[in-house]
Amino acid sequence: MITAAEIKEKYVRNHPSPFCPGCGGGMVLNAMSRAVERSDVEKEDIVAVSGIGCAAWIPSPHWRVDTLHTTHGRAIPFASGVKIANRDLEVMVVSGDGDCAGIGGNHLLHGARNNIDLNVLMVNNGLYAMTGGQVAPTTEHGERTLTTPHGNPASSFEVAEVVKAAGASHVARWTTYHMKELIAEVEKAMETDGFSFIEIMTQCPTRKGKKQGMDGIDMLAWYKENTSKDKESDKMFVGTLCDVEKPELVGSIYRQIDELGGV
Amino acid sequence: MTKKIIKIDRDLCKGCGICIEYCPKDVLVGSDDLNRYDNHFPEVLCAQRCILCRRCELYCPDFAIEVEG
Amino acid sequence: MMDAGEYFLEGNIACAEAAMKAGCLFYAGYPITPASEVMNHLSKELPKVGGRFVQMEDEIASIASVIGSSWTGLKSMTATSGPGFSLMQENLGYAVMTETPCVVVNVQRAGPSTGQATKPGTGDVMQARFGSQGDYEIIALSPNSVQEMFDLTVRSFALSERYRVPVILLADAGVGHMRERVKIPEEVEIVDRKKPSSGEKEFFDTSEEDHVPPMPNFGEGHELLVTGSTHLGDGSRDTASFSAQDRLVRRLVAKIEDNKRDIEDWEERDADAELVVVSYGSMSRPARGAVKKAREKGHDVGFFRPKTMWPSPEERLKEIGEGSKVLLAELSLRGYRMEVERCVDDLYVYDRLNSLPTVDEVYEKILEVLR
Repeated sequence: MITAAEIKEKYVRNHPSPFCPGCGGGMVLNAMSRAVERSDVEKEDIVAVSGIGCAAWIPSPHWRVDTLHTTHGRAIPFASGVKIANRDLEVMVVSGDGDCAGIGGNHLLHGARNNIDLNVLMVNNGLYAMTGGQVAPTTEHGERTLTTPHGNPASSFEVAEVVKAAGASHVARWTTYHMKELIAEVEKAMETDGFSFIEIMTQCPTRKGKKQGMDGIDMLAWYKENTSKDKESDKMFVGTLCDVEKPELVGSIYRQIDELGGV
Repeated sequence: MTKKIIKIDRDLCKGCGICIEYCPKDVLVGSDDLNRYDNHFPEVLCAQRCILCRRCELYCPDFAIEVEG
Repeated sequence: MMDAGEYFLEGNIACAEAAMKAGCLFYAGYPITPASEVMNHLSKELPKVGGRFVQMEDEIASIASVIGSSWTGLKSMTATSGPGFSLMQENLGYAVMTETPCVVVNVQRAGPSTGQATKPGTGDVMQARFGSQGDYEIIALSPNSVQEMFDLTVRSFALSERYRVPVILLADAGVGHMRERVKIPEEVEIVDRKKPSSGEKEFFDTSEEDHVPPMPNFGEGHELLVTGSTHLGDGSRDTASFSAQDRLVRRLVAKIEDNKRDIEDWEERDADAELVVVSYGSMSRPARGAVKKAREKGHDVGFFRPKTMWPSPEERLKEIGEGSKVLLAELSLRGYRMEVERCVDDLYVYDRLNSLPTVDEVYEKILEVLR
């Protein structure tokens, strides 16, 4: 078995990261690295695409693979270009909730609809952290943030449910408390021939925790207490929301090229 | 009995305390000293108590702990 | 893909055929009038030569996927018109910053905003130059015939690969929808981007005279760092230091400025005449006809047509402006005017919206200026 030292040596660069004490970003990096190590994908074949925000800095520059650090919200279409152009590459998207479901929400829907063979990890901390902690599409109704000082008048949406409805092959939700399950899920996502979406509830002790009197440890404990692997439970469901076979975009494009005699 | 070595890179540590919290056998404690970023890093209280569960390795956000054994 | 030979084609189709001839293997786009024929044609033909075609959810996604594709090593392209070109601006800047070769065709229509989708206009000339944020230089070519829709598309790919820059083919609905004879040659000039030699680690800086660093592909084991943030030669982000910003942005600008002689291109005739008509795009067709008529009638009139709008042939324009009156004829009010104004003292303007004039209409204007 590969050791933690070897994981760090092989997959991580530019540490210490700029992430705040107790931030879950580094845990996601660890989970991704271990998942790749467990899979049969070669590290050289991985391209990590990200947008803008704290989550986008998880792979860029900290993950020792090819990285494409793009514009705000557009990681999925950039990644789509990479994957359609070269289907042998394993393309991972790491995107925050604001990046992925806010400014990039339409791309997320169409990535899922196309069921393009990408692995999208949405690192959900519930607000815009890098810019100071403003309200996001994932912030609960009534919650106080930098730009909802009187409580969030809008409502949040269940991004994983939306992605499932939009047509993705594989959708799951975990938290940074569930490291082992998360690693297994990322590996499964990589094996899936289609759009894989994993919502990772991730603690932001600085922008979110402080407002609620919680540090990283408290927030991890909150995830433990308030999530359940039982779909019938009142708590937030963690686990696989769907895992189905559906026509996939890139394979379909290449099949047409083959049929038309393209080289 | 296997010798267990818990290596802590104190200068990678940001002092979040997650490793200490998640150790089931209370192997780690917070240091009195500060590292170069003024963080209290974990110190090994008793390595032989370690059951090699490696939760500290898994939960450390900063790749600062390695367990050998 | 059409064999070499003579054809009677629409400009947008010639553009699509030229892309394939130039080795384009990736197209992503979104429907928009008057550019759609480029993608309609490529959706049918590109897979037959092994190329990947995809229609994306919008123009932002289209150019994003084009840039992603380019980093796998494929020549990549998108085509659009004004509204879509506006949406592409942020990622166009990203292509400049990350030095990603790609071709963006803008078949301009009458704006602003939705304007008149089927009518020609050239109001995006300044947007092509300055549309994205920050300091940069860019290459934009202006075709005025179906033949040039072919030739300048080929050249767009060559320039983008040579200089690791996005190149804009700044067409208009006039040339995009025009049908005329076009010759497809056996061979076209194909340029491939500079590849790194083994062991090389600097893909975003160079001491070479052309300022163009080598560009590897994803999947080659380089552990590439590609970012739109200010970066060092190895690609690593540097969001704070003066030296990183200064060195990078100055080189990105110098890449175009110092290679201007190789890039710039124009057509001219009797450019030392009493009056020189400056025109480009589809408007240059009646303008050139009017110059010909004026000369036949014994007037001392010349003609100048930039094929590279950006970098602009400013030195040549200044030379012309020193000895001649200049009449700028364009299909917009503010298209190229500021650029010509700063080069020329004695400037007259024939501006027009919505449709091309007749030769006589431009000729009348020439006579008016000469009087």
